[in-house]
Amino acid sequence: MTEQTIVNIGPSHPSTHGVCRVVVTLDGEIVTHAEPIIGHLHRGIEKMAENRTYLQVVPLTDRLDYVGSMYANWAYCRAVERLAGIRVPERAEYIRVIVCELQRIASHMMGIGSTGADTGAFTAFMYAFAQRDHVVELFEALCGARLTYNYVRPGGVSMDLPEGWVEKCRAFTAQHPSAMLELDRLLFGNVIARARLKGVGVLSAEDAVAWGASGPTARGSGVDWDLRRDDPYSVYPRFDFQVPLGENGDSYDRARIRLWECVESCKIIDQALDQLEPGLVKAEGLPRLLAPRPGDAYDHIESARGSLGVYLVSDGTPRPYRMKVRSPAFCNLALLPLLAEGHTLSDLVVILGSLDPVFGEVDR
Amino acid sequence: MAFVDDLGAALDKTPGGGIILTSLDAVMDWSRGKSLWMMPMGTACCAMELIAASFSRFDFDRHGSIPRPDPRHCDVMVVAGTITRKMAPAVQRLYDQMPDPKWVIAMGNCAVSGGIFYYDTYSVVRGVDEFLPVDVYIAGCPPRPESLQDAILRLREQVSTDSIAPGKSRALKSDLPAPGSPRKGEPSTPGGDAG
Repeated sequence: MTEQTIVNIGPSHPSTHGVCRVVVTLDGEIVTHAEPIIGHLHRGIEKMAENRTYLQVVPLTDRLDYVGSMYANWAYCRAVERLAGIRVPERAEYIRVIVCELQRIASHMMGIGSTGADTGAFTAFMYAFAQRDHVVELFEALCGARLTYNYVRPGGVSMDLPEGWVEKCRAFTAQHPSAMLELDRLLFGNVIARARLKGVGVLSAEDAVAWGASGPTARGSGVDWDLRRDDPYSVYPRFDFQVPLGENGDSYDRARIRLWECVESCKIIDQALDQLEPGLVKAEGLPRLLAPRPGDAYDHIESARGSLGVYLVSDGTPRPYRMKVRSPAFCNLALLPLLAEGHTLSDLVVILGSLDPVFGEVDR
Repeated sequence: MAFVDDLGAALDKTPGGGIILTSLDAVMDWSRGKSLWMMPMGTACCAMELIAASFSRFDFDRHGSIPRPDPRHCDVMVVAGTITRKMAPAVQRLYDQMPDPKWVIAMGNCAVSGGIFYYDTYSVVRGVDEFLPVDVYIAGCPPRPESLQDAILRLREQVSTDSIAPGKSRALKSDLPAPGSPRKGEPSTPGGDAG
């Protein structure tokens, strides 16, 4: 064994996908220990929520997982609805499903694209981002914002679908699966990307469960767990879709099942658009200032990164007494020391990318 | 010739042609303005728009603005996202590592003033101008890529008025606030601000 070297990656490093700092202990080029140091984007959102009314917290949740803002919006709103006993109109539930599946595509395009960039296939990032731009354009037509939507509100959504939006959405889902096949050949058929991803950072199914991993990270290891199907919420039981699973639990499987999830999301969106009926998009008779009875509520949804939960405690005032976010990105990032050990420094970057962390959500 | 057109009044042709007279400043400013390489200091949401800006739809490469992760390659630091107290020393250090002349663009409300995180939080620096000299501010949460484009073009105008003479490089406006010291917008005595 040679002398140990300590290398500091980040907090500003293009491969950390945000502001993560990783202190890596190296034996030659082999990682013996990798310690992620988080908190560089800690903005105190959970504490801020205690000083906001229930409606004012929604914009804060946008900034948690900024690659998938709709998810945090929805998870928070579900917790509030459970706390206050609000019934959401059916059309609003359908719209929520549609926007969240679109958001899954947008988020996964970022995840797959950055995997491409990490493995030297930057062209794939360009192709993925072109798809993401279409989704962002749809969201802009929907609520005026490209990134921080503030669209899902307690009791429904902020406004109905604009005229012509359904057709635009259908046009997107019609071309998206073929674009994914193209991206699959471009990135996962690339011999260099395969060599960089296959067998790197193998996560066993037992470890995935034991470390609390969820989402594509767990499903890449063959853990058949998707809240949309296994703890059905909203109108998901009405849709027919598959849950893609990996076999080996390496970075290749983790990254590639994201691609098939996008294709499945297109199926869900199409079915939801077919079943969409006119109606209210927000519950009627909601007070301007929500003040739920004292109590607590937890609700979770399947975000692009995994099981995203929000725990709320109410003391009867119009502001939450406590908000806690169960962030999937945080739990998945905790796997990094386990996965990186024994791999080279350049593989560490690929492993970190395949976990697809978003540091707004990790640090909160 | 594009070069002559762009330099405009700064360029003079002698009668008879063949010789171009100009000041070194004008040539330097022209060439600097056309290749403002960006240090993408993307920390949060705005980083997504910064990425979108440099990709195919908005294509910042055509302005000569290429994102480079190495501070020693860069001319302009684009601070895109919330800067927390933990992150601020790293931003300062990266800024110090950039070679002169250098500029800073504060992209988005968080980098301008703290934005949505101005009130009620204990960890956010209220604007990157607390410790870096900012040249262009872009409002928005997050700003659109077009806004960043506008900022780059405005910065180019500013660059064209700079001088390369020694001694003109700017000093930092202020140092980082020490932990526990009163922050911008807070009274110096504790307990005065009910929030």
